[in-house]
Amino acid sequence: MTTTSLQEPDEQPLSVFERWSRILGGGWIFLLLIALCVIFGALRPDQFGSSFNLSMLAVNAAILLVLSVGQTFVIIAAGIDLSVGTVLVFASITSAQVMLLLSGASSGTYGATSGGWGVVAIGLIVALASGAFWGVVNGVLVAVGRIPALIVTLGTFGMALGFAQLLTNGTDIRAVPEVLVDQVGSGTIAGIPVLVVIAIAVAAVGAVVLHLTRFGIHVFAVGSDKEAARRAGINVGRRLITIYTLSGTLAGLAAMMSTARFATTTIGGHAMDNLSTISAVVLGGTSLFGGIGSIAGTLVGVFIPIVLLNGFVILGIPPFWQTVATGAVLIFAVWIDQLKRRSRERS
Amino acid sequence: MEPPLLEARGVSRRFGHVRALDRADFAVYPGEICALIGDNGAGKSTLVKILSGADRPDEGEILLGGAPVKFDSPTAAQTHGIATVYQDLALAAELTPFENLFLGREVVFPGLLGRLGFVNRAAMRRRSVEQFSKLGVRLRSARAPVASLSGGQRQSVAIARAAMWADRVIFMDEPTAALGVVQTQRVIDLIRQVRDQGIAVVLISHNMRQVLEVADRIEVLRLGKRVARFTAAEANVDRLVAAMTSGTMAPAEATQS
Repeated sequence: MTTTSLQEPDEQPLSVFERWSRILGGGWIFLLLIALCVIFGALRPDQFGSSFNLSMLAVNAAILLVLSVGQTFVIIAAGIDLSVGTVLVFASITSAQVMLLLSGASSGTYGATSGGWGVVAIGLIVALASGAFWGVVNGVLVAVGRIPALIVTLGTFGMALGFAQLLTNGTDIRAVPEVLVDQVGSGTIAGIPVLVVIAIAVAAVGAVVLHLTRFGIHVFAVGSDKEAARRAGINVGRRLITIYTLSGTLAGLAAMMSTARFATTTIGGHAMDNLSTISAVVLGGTSLFGGIGSIAGTLVGVFIPIVLLNGFVILGIPPFWQTVATGAVLIFAVWIDQLKRRSRERS
Repeated sequence: MEPPLLEARGVSRRFGHVRALDRADFAVYPGEICALIGDNGAGKSTLVKILSGADRPDEGEILLGGAPVKFDSPTAAQTHGIATVYQDLALAAELTPFENLFLGREVVFPGLLGRLGFVNRAAMRRRSVEQFSKLGVRLRSARAPVASLSGGQRQSVAIARAAMWADRVIFMDEPTAALGVVQTQRVIDLIRQVRDQGIAVVLISHNMRQVLEVADRIEVLRLGKRVARFTAAEANVDRLVAAMTSGTMAPAEATQS
């Protein structure tokens, strides 16, 4: 009685198709990234492989990676956050204004201010709080208001940008503390750019939280089946609010990194960040339907378009091809995701 | 006979003008499989919802081990060792069987790591494997997502999860409705296995033959009332159908309404 010897048909070994789709689904995008690096490295070893170029690649990826870590949590929970880029802009404006005020400079100032680390720390807190504010707004509207995340974050996408422009009449703030630009924006720790160190730390903490903690399991559970999560006693609404707040707060951190890097706020420069992060997350194997994904995948996904652009520029291919290639890879990635699901559901 | 483990006495529930339950009685005893049968609209689902904390009666009382109790929520019933296996299973398809077994009750490490919410997957996996082998459930893999399992195996995971956290009564709503012959047999074996662990099982089913095969006792609802109770030995398809449709096998108090 305890074990029946009846064989079920689905206990047969995997078919060839299933095995290949599993291998492809598992790590093909990582192999693609390595292949791109090998090809560009072989064609132009001096330029592509130079330590300067590699560190520029990493710096270019840093801000996008921080945003994409938040986006990964949101998408695994079967949500979407279109507001990350303009929340970044909003947080950079509020923090830059506070830092400007504390440095005692007038609002029309250009160039560096003399604000010290104390001013930068307060600026960082303002940036994180500004980001968290929009995250809470997104989370509450999605979890309590039951409004689709696509609409909520499309709305806050516009609102955050609009408020940022209202605060400054649409002009960027071009005076930020010198220490921020010098020590964080262009500084290095043991030869590694500080921005890259921050991004790696965020990704590492994000991966630990997502894959090793109870909260991480709940993120997957909420994305997999909200009703099942609810019946298992998980407070789904509270988890959703936390997840969107996390994404917003990381956008606040990215705002500080952006200000440090460019020595100015960048009102016009982040309208496409939402799509860039979503494509990075999806390229990394995270399912748009929720329940599946990883931070490691997102790390790879962030680098694909950046390496493509860099390689095309070095090879003299018109850089506009990068957007074409990234788009094609994105569609391919989602197609692979569908294949995986279909092969799984056949059992 | 021992006193009932879980009992409903004179429970009524109205939805507008509809009397879903009309002073219904029901009892399940320790260590038995009790089938709850009745035609559509007889009040089975409402009764199960009330007994598992998902709904509250307008009148009547619920007794657990002879003492009156009130369940404000399914969670409250769960803390008393009562669980429900829903027809749609309520598993997170992308998670593994062991993650589903512990969903909402994850095992964390002791000390600081645990306070930070770090889960001990190895311990969860080990205890899941124990639970599955105790119940005779064989899965292709405890690490593959639930979505890759067959319908019968998913049902087994859902039942194993209920049996893991409920030590008194498990309600199962049509547990084999969507399954093939082989898988149905496995789930029936599993239900017996759960009973042999000392957990009472309340089986809601339309399948008379299955009810006769697996149940130790059968209670029949008709129009919101209990109209008959059978032991497995007294029951046959004709008597069950007669009780369900006309209440003719009913005890004296169940007059036509």
